[in-house]
Amino acid sequence: MSDILLEVKNLEKHFSTPKGMLHAVDGVTFAIERGKTLGIVGESGCGKSTTGRVILRLLEATGGEILFEGQNIGQFNKDQMRRLREDMQIIFQDPFASLNPRMTASEIIGEPLVIHNKVSSKKELAERVSELMALVGLSPRLVNTYPHELDGGRRQRIGIARALALKPKFIICDEPVSALDVSIQAQILNLMQDLQEQLGLTYIFITHDLSVVKHFSDDIAVMYLGQLIEKASAKDLFENPSHPYTRALLSSIPSIHLDHKMERVVLQGEITSPINPKSGCRFAPRCQHATAECTRREIGLTEISAGHFVACHLVEGRVQ
Amino acid sequence: MSSEVTTQDLLSIEGLSIVYEVDGETTYAVNDLNLSLKPGETLGLIGETGAGKTTTALGIMGLVPSPPGRIASGKVVFAGEDLLQLPEEQMRRVRGKKISMIFQDPMTSLNPVMTVGEQIAEVILIHEGVSRKESVRKAGEMLEMVGIPAARAGDYPHQFSGGMKQRVVIAIALACNPDLLIADEPTTALDVTIQAQVLDLMKALKTRYNTAMILITHDLGVVAQVCDKVAIMYAGEVVESGDIRDVYENTRHPYTKGLFDSIPDLDHTVGRLKPIKGMMPDPTDLPSGCKFHPRCPDAVASCATTMPEAVTTEAGHIARCLILKPMAEPSNRVQG
Repeated sequence: MSDILLEVKNLEKHFSTPKGMLHAVDGVTFAIERGKTLGIVGESGCGKSTTGRVILRLLEATGGEILFEGQNIGQFNKDQMRRLREDMQIIFQDPFASLNPRMTASEIIGEPLVIHNKVSSKKELAERVSELMALVGLSPRLVNTYPHELDGGRRQRIGIARALALKPKFIICDEPVSALDVSIQAQILNLMQDLQEQLGLTYIFITHDLSVVKHFSDDIAVMYLGQLIEKASAKDLFENPSHPYTRALLSSIPSIHLDHKMERVVLQGEITSPINPKSGCRFAPRCQHATAECTRREIGLTEISAGHFVACHLVEGRVQ
Repeated sequence: MSSEVTTQDLLSIEGLSIVYEVDGETTYAVNDLNLSLKPGETLGLIGETGAGKTTTALGIMGLVPSPPGRIASGKVVFAGEDLLQLPEEQMRRVRGKKISMIFQDPMTSLNPVMTVGEQIAEVILIHEGVSRKESVRKAGEMLEMVGIPAARAGDYPHQFSGGMKQRVVIAIALACNPDLLIADEPTTALDVTIQAQVLDLMKALKTRYNTAMILITHDLGVVAQVCDKVAIMYAGEVVESGDIRDVYENTRHPYTKGLFDSIPDLDHTVGRLKPIKGMMPDPTDLPSGCKFHPRCPDAVASCATTMPEAVTTEAGHIARCLILKPMAEPSNRVQG
């Protein structure tokens, strides 16, 4: 029996805007096993970051359920949420913007311990901070440095140490390496992998970088305009992408292999507006296989092979 | 251009050094850089943050902010003329006409209070000596060429999406049919499917107009898809350069190898990446000898003291690394 740590069912986040209802996240459903990584990929505005924030209740969902260790955390009150925050943490994209410039490295890393009353003395706090710094590979001499004195890679290590301070079970990593140079990116990815093994962490890894997500994830969910359109194991998704959008997305990655001429599916047009979306498949206006049927009715996920789900009318028809 | 000069270099940069001087501290942004480009060729200039890619481009364009920037030495020979010796007034005629530049962020490089049609027409009006009416007509043509209906010439930048704005910037850059286009991270701010559209467009236009191009990027994949030649920069120097196939398939410099090992390969699954240890050196305090030696897994004792010379193969594949040349003394080699 699989050990599900987090499950979301029909998660929905709509924002009311002057132009109408913006469907940022629309009916997203998935589950993550303990100790695994789910990658969420998609382009700007597909709702991947909003999904992460709604799961942590940094934004309140407008519909659906979030089950963490079997409990519906959407119903939790303030006290329960405060306790839950020890188990659920987040690492942000921009290590410049997410660290307080007036606090030193040790203050930033130690702050969650102080807020949650995890330490009883200054000495204990200093010990815990230096343990955390060692864990993420920060030299002890950096305790009193400020974020602006450090490069992007070290700043991101501080962000990771802060996220680990309360010994969480689950971390949402929102584009954690996108702002870093490739040589530093590889260092941080390796660190996050090591920490996952050492501490048994479960990750949601949100990114637009498809080669990074393939390298890092067990399962991958692809989002388009607020909806989850395909989900499979990383291997299966790349070997057998089944949604036309996933195929286009994968074929757009510029390969470093000179003779690697993928059958390029260049999409027409650009992502349409998430405000008051029309019914039916949201990708249909850009899809070369679209038929009248695609816009006529809503399309749910169909399991085309074990663990491989696709929301496409054409694929659905093939299976039946 | 007459036929006898077609095999000559369109652009040849020789020993270019650019420094920034702030509060008595000198930042060595570009150090003794050599590059050349023939008409119609596309060169990928690869490097990480602070490698000096953008400063090199600004050096070519004569746009290094001065002060604090200063061109310490070198030549930028373009179509037989050293651009660094040109008076500003003449340089202004080169910019936008002979050499154009595309910047990374299409939002900040367009004027928000001018229509896109006016912005394209402005370049044509300044450089081509045509009537205003003709410049407007040509602007419409340029828009169509980059895949935007000419009817949208009266729209303002905010009415376009990111990919469309970058197309407008490309239309402006190509409006006067330049001999050289410098594109500084033209697709970095774009989503991958839009990046594919813009790269396809740039490739098509380059072939159609035989425009030489310098594509500045940190993305090895983008270069593989678009470029004929490639130069890898590290700490202000070109550490390796040559035909794309030579550099990608027969990589010689340890830094270039490190870059390839740092990125996850879509075709081959690895358990762990092999990052380059350490980080970029402080440009105000560069290491002695080879600037990569403190991070280099293959460094030998002499790397810390000797500045490596460029080692060139017959095919013109250049690498600046000590361990490549002295085949005679491999005993120097120590494990890093």
